[in-house]
Amino acid sequence: MSPKPLDYESLNENVKKVAYAVRGELYLRASELQKEGKKIIFTNVGNPHALGQKPLTFPRQVVALCQAPFLLDDPHVGILFPADAIARAKHYLSLTSGGLGAYSDSRGLPGIRKEVAEFIERRDGYPSDPELIYLTDGASKGVMQILNTVIRNEKDGILVPVPQYPLYSAAISLFGGSLVPYYLEEEANWGLDINHLRQSVAAARMKGITVRAMVIINPGNPTGQCLSEANLNGLLKFCFQENLVLLADEVYQQNIYQDERPFISARKILLDMGPPMSKEVQLVSFHTVSKGYWGECGQRGGYFEMTNIPAKTVDEIYKVASVSLSPNVPGQIFMGLMVNPLKPGDISYLRFVAESTAILESLKRRAHIMTDGFNSCRNVVCNFTEGAMYSFPQIRLPPRAIEAAKSAGKAPDVFYCLKLLEATGISTVPGSGFGQKEGVFHLRTTILPAEEDMPAIMTSFKKFNDEFMEQYEDYRGYSRM
Amino acid sequence: MRRFATERAKRLLFGSLLASRSPPSAFLCSSPPAAAAMDPAAGVVTVDTINPKVLKCEYAVRGEIVSHAQRLQQELQDKPGSHPFDEILYCNIGNPQSLGQQPVTFFREVLALCDHPSLLDKSETHALFSADAIARAWQILDVIPGRATGAYSHSQGIKGLRDAIAAGIADRDGFPANPDDIFLTDGASPAVHMMMQLLIRSEKDGILCPIPQYPLYSASIALHGGSLVPYYLDESTGWGLEISELKKQLEDARSKGITVRALVVINPGNPTGQVLAEENQREIVNFCKNEGLVLLADEVYQENIYVDDKKFNSFKKITRSMGYIDDEIPLVSFQSVSKGYYGECGKRGGYMEVTGFNAQVREQIYKVASVNLCSNISGQILASLVMNPPKVGDESYESFNADKNGILSSLARRAKALEDAFNSLEGVSCNKAEGAMYLFPRLRLPQKAIAAAKAVNAAPDAFYARRLLDATGIVVVPGSGFGQVPGTWHVRCTILPQEDKIPAIISRLKAFHEAFMEEFRD
Repeated sequence: MSPKPLDYESLNENVKKVAYAVRGELYLRASELQKEGKKIIFTNVGNPHALGQKPLTFPRQVVALCQAPFLLDDPHVGILFPADAIARAKHYLSLTSGGLGAYSDSRGLPGIRKEVAEFIERRDGYPSDPELIYLTDGASKGVMQILNTVIRNEKDGILVPVPQYPLYSAAISLFGGSLVPYYLEEEANWGLDINHLRQSVAAARMKGITVRAMVIINPGNPTGQCLSEANLNGLLKFCFQENLVLLADEVYQQNIYQDERPFISARKILLDMGPPMSKEVQLVSFHTVSKGYWGECGQRGGYFEMTNIPAKTVDEIYKVASVSLSPNVPGQIFMGLMVNPLKPGDISYLRFVAESTAILESLKRRAHIMTDGFNSCRNVVCNFTEGAMYSFPQIRLPPRAIEAAKSAGKAPDVFYCLKLLEATGISTVPGSGFGQKEGVFHLRTTILPAEEDMPAIMTSFKKFNDEFMEQYEDYRGYSRM
Repeated sequence: MRRFATERAKRLLFGSLLASRSPPSAFLCSSPPAAAAMDPAAGVVTVDTINPKVLKCEYAVRGEIVSHAQRLQQELQDKPGSHPFDEILYCNIGNPQSLGQQPVTFFREVLALCDHPSLLDKSETHALFSADAIARAWQILDVIPGRATGAYSHSQGIKGLRDAIAAGIADRDGFPANPDDIFLTDGASPAVHMMMQLLIRSEKDGILCPIPQYPLYSASIALHGGSLVPYYLDESTGWGLEISELKKQLEDARSKGITVRALVVINPGNPTGQVLAEENQREIVNFCKNEGLVLLADEVYQENIYVDDKKFNSFKKITRSMGYIDDEIPLVSFQSVSKGYYGECGKRGGYMEVTGFNAQVREQIYKVASVNLCSNISGQILASLVMNPPKVGDESYESFNADKNGILSSLARRAKALEDAFNSLEGVSCNKAEGAMYLFPRLRLPQKAIAAAKAVNAAPDAFYARRLLDATGIVVVPGSGFGQVPGTWHVRCTILPQEDKIPAIISRLKAFHEAFMEEFRD
């Protein structure tokens, strides 16, 4: 029998090292149960439309018209589409050379990159160069591209928050680099302590690791915290001192549920600092159409903006982008629509604002419902979801539960989440998928289930949890770090 | 090192000065920075400190000549009349709709309805959309949970769409396809990257690639740190693929310590356009089986065939018709919505059909796909449409068929016209484009021209292509971007400019070539 060309053993080791829990064991088990007929509530991924959130009307009208430009010539088109959608479709089609079906510039359509630059300028108060903005098939592809550019070998380290969105750990594994963790402080509302950063860097360097970049996720995923101006200031200075490129994942910038810490972009803080730092600190900022109140995950629309990256490096990044030819054009148009919103007076403006506001206000209410709901459960402590789309409660598992997990061959939080799934149909992601301190357990859920379903979901969770705790608790109480 | 140390000390000092001035915060500790190990390599991200594999990778299709063309285009805009031509004609890239090819109406109708499903609830929609497009949109939305086209799907793509694609594959081949073997991707290119990532462990892993090849393969192999093992197609036999050549290159690579993992076959070929004969395909399958290679079958041009004596046969069909069952032949087949008669490059739709891999390996493929969550839904829908176009009897069939045949017959005419034109040029020979979208004429350049190229540090074909661009505005890609037998020179030119532009292109090309040959006559 001839040798098998592709056995597990002969796969790229880096591929084998990759773990991505968001669609890992819990999700696969939930899908199995769903096939068997069980009702599953998927809260494993930030996927708003899958949980009933409706798409905003205006962008869908515009993109539909762009897909079928012959509609624009039809005399009846005005019956189905408002005039501003028609005008906007014509605008975006004019930015293409050949409509939606032609590869665009590998960086994305220049006209849309210009709209992104204008958005950034309005938001931050500083001009942005469209030549340094690259549209991508979702922010994830952009993150992967940049990490692949930075990581040369296993001696290159990337500072990543713990807990983190596991795209980062997966990408670092895939590209053969080293993840250098910096722990967020759960007791300080998932705050970032520069001292801890310094310690992480020092420890990495002692092991011979060259720390090259720092990732921040602001607002945080899974933790939801919004970084303060002082925080951003401090970490930018840190990057300046330690010569790190800052990778600022800002995909949740529209999802803010408190007033104390509004979103401020890393770029704004950097430019506020003035020279030399504003001219030297290297920064790449990421954004997407998948989150916010748009939630258009399936379109795969995103961008990254480069600050202080040398021209030759930009050329190399361009070169790699060109190998994939171009990002998908409809996704680019969604991005254009997101950064270039309707204005008061536009026909569709009021409806657009009503739809957007309803979504954001509901998300805020759901953030509270979930946080409060978790905090009412036995042995569960949950920081408030200040931003993003997730809740990351700490589950204080009793020692006997941890033992039971061990006997079942599962990590304790995986054990808990599987039991939760079997009992209630709620599909979460165990905290180990995101990283957590040794012996401290969490799960990540989204705040995305429909508002009217929330009370029932939280009741169901509480019932399961409190029964679980009763089953596994002994007189010594709960387990804690 | 010393300069760096001073630089770093400056940063530390400056940083701590600022730290002491910044407002106190519960989360910020402004104690002086700890002395950390100084590493000159820890630096600002520059071309000297980025991933060397990125530096190594090249992709000529959007390379230097295209940047130059874009500059000329800008000059034409700013100063009309500044060049001996009115427009740049991009014949460098297989991007049909950028050159005036119209999309297939039926596909766009369905996509528009899926993009804005609330149209389906309005009675007025029937006045603007054909009934079968409406029906198909319903069918598609019914297999998408919650009709939510804006939601991430299953990481392999929406199940119902994979079912449809599998049915389309079975229809095409006469052999069944399993929807779970299908991975929908943002175009075929990401799927190729995924396979290279899986297969390449180090530079000791080699991938057999045709020369000339579409440079996605060389670029991807470089990016993933592997070795490209070339096998030369035979220009004198219409770009024939000889098993003896495969064997020779394989043995050569192995003797150098390379573990050859896979064989890439592009059928129909790019840039070469040849369509493989069935017998040839069977030989290739057996070769892979005997040598333990994964067969990577790039079949994105499967619907671009311009000759009556050749037919597209998928490698899947060939293996099954040879009696091989699934787990005997590891085969990955790539398809895309970018080519064919649909030419929907900007949509980024495609898939790979993965057969002959064990469950453990497939889990790894799934895992890598899941990190990116899923490909764009609109592209997934389009892939299912391309594999299941309107049938005889459907309301849209007549107009669909007219669209399709119109485009394909025009492509065939343009392929012939340009092939004849190249063959009429002094010193140029051009194989027929049996399929795909390109011509790859061979240029026999006079010594003087070769010397002139050397003098400006350019490859002769790049020199020729640049001169052609400067004189006529026509953009072609030098053959060195695709690989060629050393000492031979080619350019790749697409057959995509609209038919009414072809005569002017041909006359300008002829005029340029005559002048060029005169200038450099030995």
